[in-house]
Amino acid sequence: MNAARASFIGQSVERREDYRFLTGAGQYTDDIVLPRQTYGYFLRTPHAHAAIRSVDVSAARAAPGVLAVFTSRDLAGVGGLPCGWLIKSIDGSPMKEPRHPVLAEGKVRYVGEQVALVVAESAAQAKSAAALIGVDYDVLPAVVDTATAAGNGSAVHEIAPDNVCYTWGIGDAAAVDAAFAAAAHITRLSLKNNRLIPNAIEPRAANADYSRADDSYTLYVTSQNPHVERLLMTAFVLGLPEHKVRVIAPDVGGGFGSKIYLYGEETALVWATRRVGRPIKWTAERSESFLTDAHGRDHVTTAELALDKDGRFLALRVNTTANLGAYLSTFGSCIPTILYATLLAGQYATPHIHCRVQAVFTNTAPVDAYRGAGRPEATYLLERTVERAARELGADPAELRRRNFIRSFPYASPVGLTYDTGDYAATLNRVLELADVGGFKARKAASEKRGLLRGIGYSCYIEACGIAPSNIAGALGARAGLFEAGEVRVHPTGKITVFTGSHSHGQGHETTFAQIVADKLGIPIEDVEIQHGDTGRVLFGMGTYGSRSLAVGGTAILKAVDKIVAKGRKIAAHLLEASAEDVEFSQGEFRIAGTDRKKAFAEVALAAYVPHNYPLDQLEPGLNENAFYDPPNFTFPAGSYVCEVEVDPETGRVQVDRFSASDDFGNVINPMIVEGQVHGGLAQGIGQALLEGCRYDSDGQLLTGSLTDYALPRADDLPRFTVETAKGTPCTHNPLGVKGCGEAGAIGSPPAVINAILDALAPLGVRDIDMPATPYQVWQAIQATRR
Amino acid sequence: MPLLPIRLSVNSEPVTAEVSADTLLSTFLREHLRLTGTHIGCDTASCGACTVHVGGRAVKSCNVLVAQLQGEEVTTVEGITPADGSLHPMQAAFRSCHGLQCGFCTPGMVMSAIDLVMHRPHATEEQIRKGLEGNLCRCTGYHNIVKAVQHAARAMGR
Repeated sequence: MNAARASFIGQSVERREDYRFLTGAGQYTDDIVLPRQTYGYFLRTPHAHAAIRSVDVSAARAAPGVLAVFTSRDLAGVGGLPCGWLIKSIDGSPMKEPRHPVLAEGKVRYVGEQVALVVAESAAQAKSAAALIGVDYDVLPAVVDTATAAGNGSAVHEIAPDNVCYTWGIGDAAAVDAAFAAAAHITRLSLKNNRLIPNAIEPRAANADYSRADDSYTLYVTSQNPHVERLLMTAFVLGLPEHKVRVIAPDVGGGFGSKIYLYGEETALVWATRRVGRPIKWTAERSESFLTDAHGRDHVTTAELALDKDGRFLALRVNTTANLGAYLSTFGSCIPTILYATLLAGQYATPHIHCRVQAVFTNTAPVDAYRGAGRPEATYLLERTVERAARELGADPAELRRRNFIRSFPYASPVGLTYDTGDYAATLNRVLELADVGGFKARKAASEKRGLLRGIGYSCYIEACGIAPSNIAGALGARAGLFEAGEVRVHPTGKITVFTGSHSHGQGHETTFAQIVADKLGIPIEDVEIQHGDTGRVLFGMGTYGSRSLAVGGTAILKAVDKIVAKGRKIAAHLLEASAEDVEFSQGEFRIAGTDRKKAFAEVALAAYVPHNYPLDQLEPGLNENAFYDPPNFTFPAGSYVCEVEVDPETGRVQVDRFSASDDFGNVINPMIVEGQVHGGLAQGIGQALLEGCRYDSDGQLLTGSLTDYALPRADDLPRFTVETAKGTPCTHNPLGVKGCGEAGAIGSPPAVINAILDALAPLGVRDIDMPATPYQVWQAIQATRR
Repeated sequence: MPLLPIRLSVNSEPVTAEVSADTLLSTFLREHLRLTGTHIGCDTASCGACTVHVGGRAVKSCNVLVAQLQGEEVTTVEGITPADGSLHPMQAAFRSCHGLQCGFCTPGMVMSAIDLVMHRPHATEEQIRKGLEGNLCRCTGYHNIVKAVQHAARAMGR
């Protein structure tokens, strides 16, 4: 029976987590109500930049139901929220690291920053009482605009009087200058990468509970990485013993980066629960999500591409100003540097690249990783620049890309990465078929008859995923390791519980990881359970971001499975009275090679736990293995996207009519889940291109602070997607051959959309448009050509 | 605030309670009845995660006061779920088509989709997309949700 069993790897197994989500039985943080529950509410500043002269909490303390009110004065001795990555400026000086307080200290630096915590019997009482707190603000001029923040005159932090956190560079500037001097053609482009607000549909929430009985804490929190949350909170901020704090990230309703970070809110709750002696729950209102979840992107960039007379790329020069917001969020410093400029080679063999990044503080919410994190910014500028070069040279944009593709691997890029494998021509060729590029002319003519302008746009992206080799990350400034941990616990009956340090908040790990384990052990998938998200049960974990879960977390599980098999062979050899070298394992059976003498996996498991006939002098009983996996390199997913839009020149309205994607993710465990990840990424990328744009006014007031002002893509804003995962080039350095797929869509799609719009508008003379290309923006761009 | 007596049906069970006049249906379901399948994703009635049925029509429960529902029949995602461990055809289609990822918008999306199919069993893709525009999903890009609704429409029509 076992011999005929199909492999689970590569199958679109239906998701095991779906039953609970579909029936309302998921347990999200806000669903949890603890005995003697109390509720927290944060008073937030309405000013972007102000000195706090005084805070009067007496009326709030006396309000009905109020148990306590805390401000930063109560939190004496509590540390600041740490930044996990040290970036050094070109001159060797470390980045400016201003203190990032749990509750505002002396000054507020962005609208929404938390000033006080009110704890009450009900959420409504806490909120009402917060309105009674009197804060006397001395309002200061706000620094808001990315491009003009440096040397603005008003300083967000005293330690950075010019608002510059660092000025960082990568690449050989002299070689780039020399290549430009010899260029036959130079393409120049200035662009913005629009600031985004992540908007996971589940708002951030936390529920902190102190137990006096054993002097321990439990924190339920919407987190993508509960162990990291615990480590940062205990070791760097609260000074609590790490082993006395249990962090549980239960079902989490989407993250997209925004739930990676250690925030002030949950930290304040953990601090306060012991003082109040009762559990405290806080759930963000959507308005708070808009104001205080770490935002994404927000770059202002100039790019120059030098080409020879044959259209070969000679050099790329990039200058970027990146907005970090008011404070350094957990990974804020590495996003516009390490995760950005190292990707500027893209899929092209450009020999010389230089990038300079100036990172600035402003009176806006902290900016950190949002789906793609640095890589969308790199891809957008590169693919916009390449498409413009093609237009300037009268070249076919696909052909110009093909001419410059990297074709031999491993490839050491001039910006520090070594791509292990890829086949960029394959995904480009395939997407041209999927998109029926040959039929474009006819479709364009048909659109024209309806008064619409049709355009086609391309994008060939690369990303560095499977984050990350700890030693390389460390050399680049990371203050953490970036391995992953896994445990495979075989029960006496042969059933298995797997504990993973990865965290699933939509990615389907409970299914994909079970497929791997069932496949490798040759047992039914029903016999494998995946546990994650609880520091009290999982040995350790770095969490889920950077498309790392399968490549790093999945490999850790696989390594633990290998150890199980290795031990199982020794046990089986004893039971079969053979030598371990003669025992082979496949399809769930340990067998003496070339014979029919065998033991089933469950028999071996039972022997390990009932070790009556067992080599106790050589082997410990039990069957339980841990593994930590630190990847030797990043993985390099890549692909090609084609977008076709129709633009109504009268209204400026853009409709994405067709979107085709060919992605190389290496090996694929569950194609259905992978395609779903691409769909979601595409929606966020198309959202960035057409709809989403965070705006502050010049006083630092958030103008796009609700779902009625900030446009998330809705079902009728998006097309049906044509997504195909290529057979692909397996990753060469992890045993699964996988690369990661979670961010690709968001990375590759924005330039395809904008390139398509510019193609549609080219006959009108429109050469440039910034994201989001709303009807107003497009209409304005059209009008500008008529003046 | 004075408490108002209220009598209604939730998932086919009679419910009597005393509620303050400003109690939202979403709060009542989640906090009074502990039916936490109904989720709250926003404060502007924009996201649809809290969608339930009132009298068989999809309603955003954050936009209704319980006090308005005297004698009404309310159905939540828990109420459409068969007790035998199987799924409503809409739930089943969401699973087979991978129409959900993080699951947070899912109960509201399913309740909206059921209403849509009950009242427009032959909706086109465009009509389905328009019909679901009151429900936000940040994970799926809607592609597989639309597919699931089409599958469920066929299953429910049989």
